[in-house]
Amino acid sequence: MNEITLISVVSLGAIGSVAAIILYMVAQKFKVIEDPRIDIVADKLPGANCGGCGLAGCRALAEAIVKAESLEGMNCPPGGNEVMKDIAAALGLEAEEQDPMIAVLRCNGSRENSPPKVKYDSHMTCAFAHSLFAGEGGCPFGCLGCGDCVVACAFDAMYMDPATGLPVIIDDKCVACGACVKACPRSIIEMRKKGKKDRRIFVSCINKEKGGPAKKNCAVACIGCGKCVKECKFDAITMENNLAYIDFNKCTLCRKCVPVCPTNAIHELNFPPRKPKVEVAAETASE
Amino acid sequence: MKTFKLGGVHPPENKLSEKAPIEVLAIPAVVSIPVSQHLGAPASPVVAKGDKVKTGQLIAKGAGFISANIHSSVSGTVVKIDDMPDSSGYRKKAIVINVEGDEWDEGIDLGSELVRECNLTPQEITARVNEKGIVGMGGATFPSHVKLMVPPGKKAEVLIINGVECEPYLTSDHRLMLEKADEMLVGITIQMKALGVTKAIIGIENNKHDAIEHLSYKVKDYPGISVEALKVQYPQGGEKQLIKALINREVPSGKLPIEVGAVVHNVGTAFAVYEAVQKNKPLMERVVTVTGKNLKKPSNFLVRIGTPVSELIEAAGGLPTDTGKVVNGGPMMGKAITNLEVPVTKGTSGILIFPEREAARKPVQNCIRCARCLNVCPMGLEPYLLSVLADKKRLEECEVERIMDCIECGSCLYICPSGRPLLDQIRVGKAEVGSMIRKRSQH
Repeated sequence: MNEITLISVVSLGAIGSVAAIILYMVAQKFKVIEDPRIDIVADKLPGANCGGCGLAGCRALAEAIVKAESLEGMNCPPGGNEVMKDIAAALGLEAEEQDPMIAVLRCNGSRENSPPKVKYDSHMTCAFAHSLFAGEGGCPFGCLGCGDCVVACAFDAMYMDPATGLPVIIDDKCVACGACVKACPRSIIEMRKKGKKDRRIFVSCINKEKGGPAKKNCAVACIGCGKCVKECKFDAITMENNLAYIDFNKCTLCRKCVPVCPTNAIHELNFPPRKPKVEVAAETASE
Repeated sequence: MKTFKLGGVHPPENKLSEKAPIEVLAIPAVVSIPVSQHLGAPASPVVAKGDKVKTGQLIAKGAGFISANIHSSVSGTVVKIDDMPDSSGYRKKAIVINVEGDEWDEGIDLGSELVRECNLTPQEITARVNEKGIVGMGGATFPSHVKLMVPPGKKAEVLIINGVECEPYLTSDHRLMLEKADEMLVGITIQMKALGVTKAIIGIENNKHDAIEHLSYKVKDYPGISVEALKVQYPQGGEKQLIKALINREVPSGKLPIEVGAVVHNVGTAFAVYEAVQKNKPLMERVVTVTGKNLKKPSNFLVRIGTPVSELIEAAGGLPTDTGKVVNGGPMMGKAITNLEVPVTKGTSGILIFPEREAARKPVQNCIRCARCLNVCPMGLEPYLLSVLADKKRLEECEVERIMDCIECGSCLYICPSGRPLLDQIRVGKAEVGSMIRKRSQH
């Protein structure tokens, strides 16, 4: 063994051991002790980082849950009750049952109902179009149709319907994370209770103008006539600023308000077809 | 020849109506006068439905310091005070008046003889400008009385009069300088008195030779005022660019021109100040250019505020059949209007009618990193970067890259060979950064 080999082995060995000691000391000094439960909770969450819980991502929710030692006010909309129960079991906590929610588009100003009066060919984002003008149909509350909500959806649960110019929400894919609600500059999309058998009733309009101007721009606008408020026996419908609103917590899904609306602004979803009682009566009358 | 040094573009000038003298447009049958025609708080109406009003009568009072009074532009009966669609289609409060004759309010001097003597004190001049609802006539409509009050600790050294009219097509300021030169110069003298300055410079772009010649001859009678010809370059009419071009000073980022001792007013404002102070006449009419390549008769009209745009187009020969877009303002900074029944307001400098062929925007393609937007930005910003940052909602970085300095001149959008919506994205970002800064200052 010649001298050079010996020197290099000894010197490198010495440098290596000194470095190892320094690294060990630094590691001890700056050790981060993390609650192992955070990893357990984070593993149970879906990992989509959608932000539906109101926090930055799944790990942030896990940290928040472990820190608070309670599940109060914490909810993972995409995971739903199952995931929350799972986490509760792992941490020995109680999870309160949450009603599943779903995004609902509260505008029916399609090309047919609200015919375009001008053509928009500028930058195709709703945020910019909203700052520029009222919309092609003229309704200052209605959908602008540039699809900011579709871009925001991380679950492919929305698409733009080219025929109507409105976004469509796919019920099976929507996890109620609320990204589209935040993306819409006009707050047209609302999170509503999914309802029994996915049945929902809502006013598909947010126009706060008086009846005349609202109807001028859109055939299916809420004109604030108040017929639905009178029809509802459960005080679920309120009228504010010429606009009816159905409280989904009070609504019993009796769907009596739907036929009384003179502009068909109230929508029912996933209900079986009505018994054709009314139509038969109308036919016999015409005969 | 002087000009600003940083950036700038030179779009085709197309001053089609520069030879058309100002015509007085007939008073319409109904006017709709919005209560928010200026920057700042909307004015609050002081008349009610059914009231009889006279021309020049106060109908809405300015609410707060940064606001402006609104006067009736016609005589007649108030038929309603309601939300009416403005040029964007959004509904804003307006006072609608049915015209009956043309009876003027007392105390307004309707004679055309020039009144040169002004014995009012600076405070009285500012109060009169405030009372008569004068706002910046260049388009930004900032209340003029605010600009005439020098904040404590600052000193105004020079009054700069903006006769640049750098927007292509528009000629209303040009015609005003030719036809109302004396009135305008008296107006400038009054503004100088209010500010306590002895020097005023009128900056005019070198494509208005007749105006430069005419004013250079006229200013000999008015001590302290000089005329300066400027190289044609857009956006020279921007306050900061004009100050740089004329007195070679740079307004610091986020500061007002008074920081470097300058106050900038438009030539139209100077004329309005003359009428308000010397003739007691409120701001209730203005010169509007109606122009377009296929329009029969491109013209300059003296229009009562509240006249529907459709009447102006009718008087200029009617809407051409191949119209693609009607723009309120110039081609660079103007906004397309959604409805021809919208009224002329204090800030309407022109109505521009684009044929369909020119109205469409270029298809959007990828950025090719040519850096032309950087070269033309008069504020030294990086539009390609700001637009991407704004689109990705990286607002803190936008603020660091000085998005709030953008003057929204549209040079980047004009020059971009890929047709990218640079300014559009920056505007969205600017609004969001602005609200972020406001929120932060509240905490």
